[in-house]
Amino acid sequence: MSPWVLAGLVGAALVGLGLYGLILHPHPLRKLLAFNLIGSGVFLVFGIVARRGAAAGFSFDPIPQAMVITGIVVAFAASALAVALILRLHAESGRVTLDPEAWTKPDDGAAKS
Amino acid sequence: MMAPDPTTPGGSLLVLAILLPCAGIILSFVLGGRNAERVALGLTPFGFALACAIAFHVASAGKPVVYALGGLAPPLGIALRADGVSAVMLVAAAVILTAASFYARAKFATPEGAPESRIALTFWIMLQAIWAALTIIFVGGDLFNLYVALELLTFAAVPLVCIDGRPETLAAALRYLLFALFGSISYLLGVALFYGAYGTLDIPLLAQKVQSTPIVWMAAALMTGGLLAKTALFPLHLWLPPAHANAPAAASAVLSGLVVKGSFFLTLRLWFYVLPALPAAGAANILGALGSAAIIVGSVLALRQARLKLLIAYSTVAQIGYLFLVFPLAMGAHVWSDIGWSAGVMQILAHAFAKAAMFLSAGLLAEALGHDQIARLGGAARALPMTFLTLGLGGLSLMGLPPSGGFSAKWLMLQASVASGQWVWTLPVLAGGLLAAGYVYRILTPALSEGDIVLKAPPKRSREAIALGLALIALALGFAPQGFFDLLEIGRPLAAGTLR
Repeated sequence: MSPWVLAGLVGAALVGLGLYGLILHPHPLRKLLAFNLIGSGVFLVFGIVARRGAAAGFSFDPIPQAMVITGIVVAFAASALAVALILRLHAESGRVTLDPEAWTKPDDGAAKS
Repeated sequence: MMAPDPTTPGGSLLVLAILLPCAGIILSFVLGGRNAERVALGLTPFGFALACAIAFHVASAGKPVVYALGGLAPPLGIALRADGVSAVMLVAAAVILTAASFYARAKFATPEGAPESRIALTFWIMLQAIWAALTIIFVGGDLFNLYVALELLTFAAVPLVCIDGRPETLAAALRYLLFALFGSISYLLGVALFYGAYGTLDIPLLAQKVQSTPIVWMAAALMTGGLLAKTALFPLHLWLPPAHANAPAAASAVLSGLVVKGSFFLTLRLWFYVLPALPAAGAANILGALGSAAIIVGSVLALRQARLKLLIAYSTVAQIGYLFLVFPLAMGAHVWSDIGWSAGVMQILAHAFAKAAMFLSAGLLAEALGHDQIARLGGAARALPMTFLTLGLGGLSLMGLPPSGGFSAKWLMLQASVASGQWVWTLPVLAGGLLAAGYVYRILTPALSEGDIVLKAPPKRSREAIALGLALIALALGFAPQGFFDLLEIGRPLAAGTLR
């Protein structure tokens, strides 16, 4: 098995594992970690895609690598935002759950603007 | 390689339209506090003028306005491209964002002497960020560039959801963010596959190259799935109602009216601009079926809500369903495709204006009454006549009664489904109209009945006028002339590589 096929399979496995975690784990922090797992898988796929430059005589195609760097920055920013929200949610309410039932009050209809 | 479409006259307007809100964000951040509001409000006329200038250029030239960034033509460079639909969306976004900004002054202004607050600073900066992100989405010509814009839109929208910091809004924002992250990473994987297959992400170049191969279908499925999560199409709509209903009214109007349309716009770009060459009838029918399910489920859930803002939010879920009927009704190069296309864009616009008007009115109502429980609205229409006029006119467009943009959209949809022999799509269109009538009457009936109502504070006339103005635009869309529909066709590919 050539290294890039192996890397592609690992990427696919990471995306699959991450998707499983994102859907099934109820805790937001685990969902966030699962999202980062998917991200790693996608970035690995971008790495394989960069090999297409080999046909044109380059050792690699720089554009997918530039995209991966942008993607990593975006994923980092997203993770930071999500962690900030999780921390704030815990600080405000003492619990971290996304279950909408948990946030429905008996008098749902209080003053909202 | 020769430049396929170099910069056209007016191309630099596209760059200005993106730079203006970005400069506003930086300026607001540096000047801080009470100046952020002045910067955001001061920019609105310029943003509106730029959008109109772009629309004028597109309409008068009869072809898309293009700008090649850095003078490099694709595939080496990245192009910005505004066609008829982009131009119309830019103007609509400018109008709604301007209306929301002036409406929001009552809540997020920092008068002289009052301490500056982080909430106000965040609000004004995020509003400009939404403007910037939407502009890039509407004029972006490169799939990866559009990915970044999509993420910017999410990062600007999520803080608006939880801006008042109550735990339930934080949970709603977190849920929204997680759905959106799934959506964007799925979109990104599709982008990687497209690049791997064809070595370019420029939309027209890709459209010339794509063929019906497994990798293209995989990429299209991943990108569509991701965009559906961001657009909140049934069954991925779960995040939308709590997020839109708990945000401040001005933010809800922008989120429901414009932000979900951003990711829908990219779905249109993907299927009508990147993949027009694919035999996609099957995919179009799946999207149409999901849209029909959204119409029914969203409307029925709207009928069951106890709170006005939640009712309006579920109505958004239903109205988003209508948007997806554009795929079976306009895909391919048929005689009826133009009608379907006009219907889809008209539905985007009519819903954007009607829904923004309704959320702004719901905000006024909640402030005046101190609650937004539908069961306790008795007599409210007598106390707040102008607010309920706006709710009623917005509802008129949602139901699809003439004369309104909603009526034009649904009428064109019916015409396209009959002309194409796909009569099955008339059922959700008609059923959705009836159900919409049901939930609009659920608001109006108690409000128009007898009852004693105590106003905490009467709403400001100017804020009521802003909401009414948006509702009137939704009605005026019903009188759109043929020239308007011709504008929507500018730059829409019929099949691979052919522009009309």
